[in-house]
Amino acid sequence: MRLAENDPIQNEQTGGAEPPMIELAGVTKEYVKPSGEVHTVLRDLHLRMAKGEFCSFVGPTGCGKSTTLGLIAGFEQPTGGTVKIQGEPLQGLNKQAACVFQTDNTFPWKTVIDNVSLGLRLRGISKAEAYDEARVWIERVGLKGFEKHYPHQLSGGMRKRVALAQCLIVQPQILLMDESFSALDVHTRSLMENELLTIWEETSASVVFITHDLEEAIALSDRVIVLTAGPSATIKGDYRIHLPRPRNVSEIRFDPEFLKLHEKIWNDLRDEVMISYEQSYQSR
Amino acid sequence: MSNLISPGSTASVEEVSRRSEMRAKAVKRRFRNLALQAAVFVLVVGSWQLLADWKIIDPFFFSSPKAILLQIADWFQNGTSQGPLYIHFLVTFEETIISFVLGVILGVIAGYALGMSEVLSVIFGPYIQMLNALPRVVLAPIFILWLGLDMSSKVALGVTLTFFVVFFNAFQGVREVDRNLVNNALLLGANKKQLAFHVIIPSALTWILSSLHSSFGFALVGAVVGEFIGATKGLGFLISQAQGAFDTTGVFAAMVLLSVTALIADWAVGCLEKRFIAWRHVKQE
Repeated sequence: MRLAENDPIQNEQTGGAEPPMIELAGVTKEYVKPSGEVHTVLRDLHLRMAKGEFCSFVGPTGCGKSTTLGLIAGFEQPTGGTVKIQGEPLQGLNKQAACVFQTDNTFPWKTVIDNVSLGLRLRGISKAEAYDEARVWIERVGLKGFEKHYPHQLSGGMRKRVALAQCLIVQPQILLMDESFSALDVHTRSLMENELLTIWEETSASVVFITHDLEEAIALSDRVIVLTAGPSATIKGDYRIHLPRPRNVSEIRFDPEFLKLHEKIWNDLRDEVMISYEQSYQSR
Repeated sequence: MSNLISPGSTASVEEVSRRSEMRAKAVKRRFRNLALQAAVFVLVVGSWQLLADWKIIDPFFFSSPKAILLQIADWFQNGTSQGPLYIHFLVTFEETIISFVLGVILGVIAGYALGMSEVLSVIFGPYIQMLNALPRVVLAPIFILWLGLDMSSKVALGVTLTFFVVFFNAFQGVREVDRNLVNNALLLGANKKQLAFHVIIPSALTWILSSLHSSFGFALVGAVVGEFIGATKGLGFLISQAQGAFDTTGVFAAMVLLSVTALIADWAVGCLEKRFIAWRHVKQE
């Protein structure tokens, strides 16, 4: 289904003629607490992500998954190491990225079509042209007929679809997803996961998917990164998911290969979750 | 097939009757509320009239609803002792509108600037708090000394009153903008100006518009208090003249006119609000 040169594994093995889409080179993030203590969130992260790779980050609560995403997006700057996008060190906001947040992305004072076309309008594209393109995306995410609705007239799942269309219309090289589906109910969620895969397979975007749900991570990704428990979290495991695509998210969970992977990664993740639990008990 | 349709059609008949029942109930509720509102009015005004008629309260000090109405009618027909009524009305209205508009514009600009800039808010924050703590009425004599007895001194007073209400709301509105929405717009390629117009101002507008109701009231207070202290025209001036002549009925009549003005203004602001935050008023279907 996907082009061979987009195969992340091949790229990494040949060293990659082109630089990786995202590279974290010894990235460390520290905060100075009001008490003057230095709190290390992330320590010495090394990671290379190929173009078109779907990569999930899992880890116990508070391990710095979202901080990692914030660093890639350029919302925050690392205190050590560099974030490189296509070989270039990232300065300021990441212009190649779009982000679907956990809470709403949609602007409540804009209709669906205005929300979706916003990225194009901000780039100075005429309203008529932006609307035409937006209609295509609205149809692609299955919201045809809702162009003139305001976000609060839509359900949570529909708002996520708007958010997805809003991000993808600008054809980002990198799609960031910060626990994007975690606020949805189970059924809507698996629907949205399938939809995401279908749409993503037509694009060449790399995806950074933050989640606390290991099953979701495995079902969607090419690669699952397990982070250690915070503070000063780092990468504990890096797993390739060789399940065939296209995938059906709700069925793939019963695949024996899936179960094997799940067990393997969970063994890694469980220890970290236990550490995280103990820490939260001790701090109480 | 036929037995499939019939339960459907009975259900729709049921639905129609239920809907009309609901509508009838809503109408009934509306009438009841209106009737209760009218009853309160009749009770208060009626007992005032009766108490004045029976001389339980002194009509010289308390006047009576009938006398007030007659006074207003007389003003409309023959003008006041200080010239035609509409002139006073227009002057007060003009002062109010000008100080409202100026106060809102200045308040929004200052609120936006200080809300966006940490440095500006640190520098000017304490001074604004200090000025706001000052009872604005004490400024009226100063403004009259500086700007004279005509309109500008009243406008100045009205602006100092409206500015702060709008300013604090605009400031808070800008501060409360959802971080995610800002980040989202920035990632989608917004520059500073676009961020302001697409995200920050629409988001702060809810706050600003809710302050307009009270700030219009303050603009009216500014105009009337200013006229009260020193003026040659306006409803406030009319009140102070009536007070000087121990004409309680005149004072009350001017008060009634003022409250009618305030009500009309409140309604106009309400319309403005509906226009600008239409997205909030679209009913869930």
